[in-house]
Amino acid sequence: MSSSDEGAVLVTGICGNLGRRVARHLHRERRVIGLDRRKFPGKPKDIEHFAIDLRRHRVEGIFREIPIKAVVHLGVMHDPRDNSEEHHTWNVGGLSRLLEYASRHRVQKFILLSSANVYGPRPDNAQFLEEDAPLLAAGAFSDMRDLVELDMLVQSFFWKYPEIETVILRPTHILGTVHNAPSNYLRLKVAPTLMGFDPMLQTVHQDDVVLAIQLSLRPGIRGIFNMAGPQALRLSAILRKLNRSYVPIPYTLARFGVKRLWNLRMTSFPAPELDFVRYVCMVDDQRARVVLGYEPAFGIDETLHAVDDERWVPT
Amino acid sequence: MDPEFTRYGAMATAFMHRRYFRTEVHGIENVPPGRALLIANHSGQIPIDGLILALALFFDANPPRLMRAMVERWMQTLPFIAPLIARLGQVVGVPENCQRLLEREELILAFPEGVRGIVKPYTRRYQLEEFGQGFMRLALATRSPIVPVAVIGAEEQYISVGNLEWAARAMGLPALPVIPQLMLPGGVFPLPTKYRLYFGEPLNFEGDPADERSVGAHVWLVRQTIQRLLVQGLERRRSVFF
Repeated sequence: MSSSDEGAVLVTGICGNLGRRVARHLHRERRVIGLDRRKFPGKPKDIEHFAIDLRRHRVEGIFREIPIKAVVHLGVMHDPRDNSEEHHTWNVGGLSRLLEYASRHRVQKFILLSSANVYGPRPDNAQFLEEDAPLLAAGAFSDMRDLVELDMLVQSFFWKYPEIETVILRPTHILGTVHNAPSNYLRLKVAPTLMGFDPMLQTVHQDDVVLAIQLSLRPGIRGIFNMAGPQALRLSAILRKLNRSYVPIPYTLARFGVKRLWNLRMTSFPAPELDFVRYVCMVDDQRARVVLGYEPAFGIDETLHAVDDERWVPT
Repeated sequence: MDPEFTRYGAMATAFMHRRYFRTEVHGIENVPPGRALLIANHSGQIPIDGLILALALFFDANPPRLMRAMVERWMQTLPFIAPLIARLGQVVGVPENCQRLLEREELILAFPEGVRGIVKPYTRRYQLEEFGQGFMRLALATRSPIVPVAVIGAEEQYISVGNLEWAARAMGLPALPVIPQLMLPGGVFPLPTKYRLYFGEPLNFEGDPADERSVGAHVWLVRQTIQRLLVQGLERRRSVFF
């Protein structure tokens, strides 16, 4: 059960695939409060869940009533199908509110799960990007603008409230039962690739991300951490390991085709995301390994095969 | 880098090095062990000079050295070429990559002339273009010796009579040289000129990488050294092909 001296952890987006995993890992050690618009089926009994919108004023009530010591923000909405304007206000507005409450109610720790995608796949990327590399993803595709902006918003928190330990985690492609683009892509029986391109990709197991969040909750940890996962592999090697067949398509044709399919609502991959299977976007996670003590617990095979795992959620 | 693949790549291209261009290598013992920056003149319309330098260091240096070239960014957008570059252990020419590799005691090749050098028309052969200064800042920051290298023979492999800049811009290419020999049968292959590589003695520089003026002076010195190696090599050369 919760130990009162450590205080409660507020987890936003707790009903997502990753959120539930984080909750399951944390609730044995600490008091966990969930905050998500959605319902939380099969919720462990000791987790208090508030099914309210992040932007509602009632959220501040939670901060007032419960001594929250840490906030883990997983509730970044990313659904390229949705109305992007609504999305943007929800994401940016919600996070600003959350940051405001955190500073007002003396939260000691604020963790944002960002992504290494904020650097963007680019032909002139350094082989290994460090944490201070510019966040250029928004240039090529506007869907990433939200995430870049959220990352920047939390970065501004570093100097506005130096007494709060702020952490930004930037994992590379998270694989597992989660419904993100890379996992969905690797679940395809026949994966389309770009003819003549075969970039190196880094992948992280979803539970390694959970582990990193746990590590970040320790007192004294602050800053930005890239997370690279066990090993980088070429896309073709990843697909071979997973026994997927793939069809190479010339880039111009693929771009045109994906755009068409997108307009016909037959795919959920926006065309600019093709750059992820075209150019490298790899990070150097030396800082996470040294400062955070992060070490991937899952090998490359386990990480890749995690996309085929059953979506089984024990309670 | 994919070591197996690189091994096969080297074996497959050794023919060009030994039989086609019959490379003559001078002063390769000047390449110091550990970190070093090879700075060479860039020429020949397509970057065969980089490949030949890599092969020379692989087959003619004792012990053999693996070299990594700083590759033009534009090459990363080319299908088939981009993954090939990566598998052969060559990297995009950005300072972060160069610094990281030098700190790992690797041998780096850079062409400070960049595209300007490689697309020179035949009339300006063996005249060095303006040098970029990034390599010198990195050499100072990482305290790496600089080995000046002169590559002779590449300028004559494709005879370029000019550069269609507007057409290149329209097509998004860095340059579009006009090479009449491409019209001839078999003209896509470079002429079998004889390559001569001259490795100069390593130069060690010290100073503040942020000091524009001293960096500029150092770069000038490297450029003059390569120009001198070129002139000396050309004086000794009796024939372009033999």
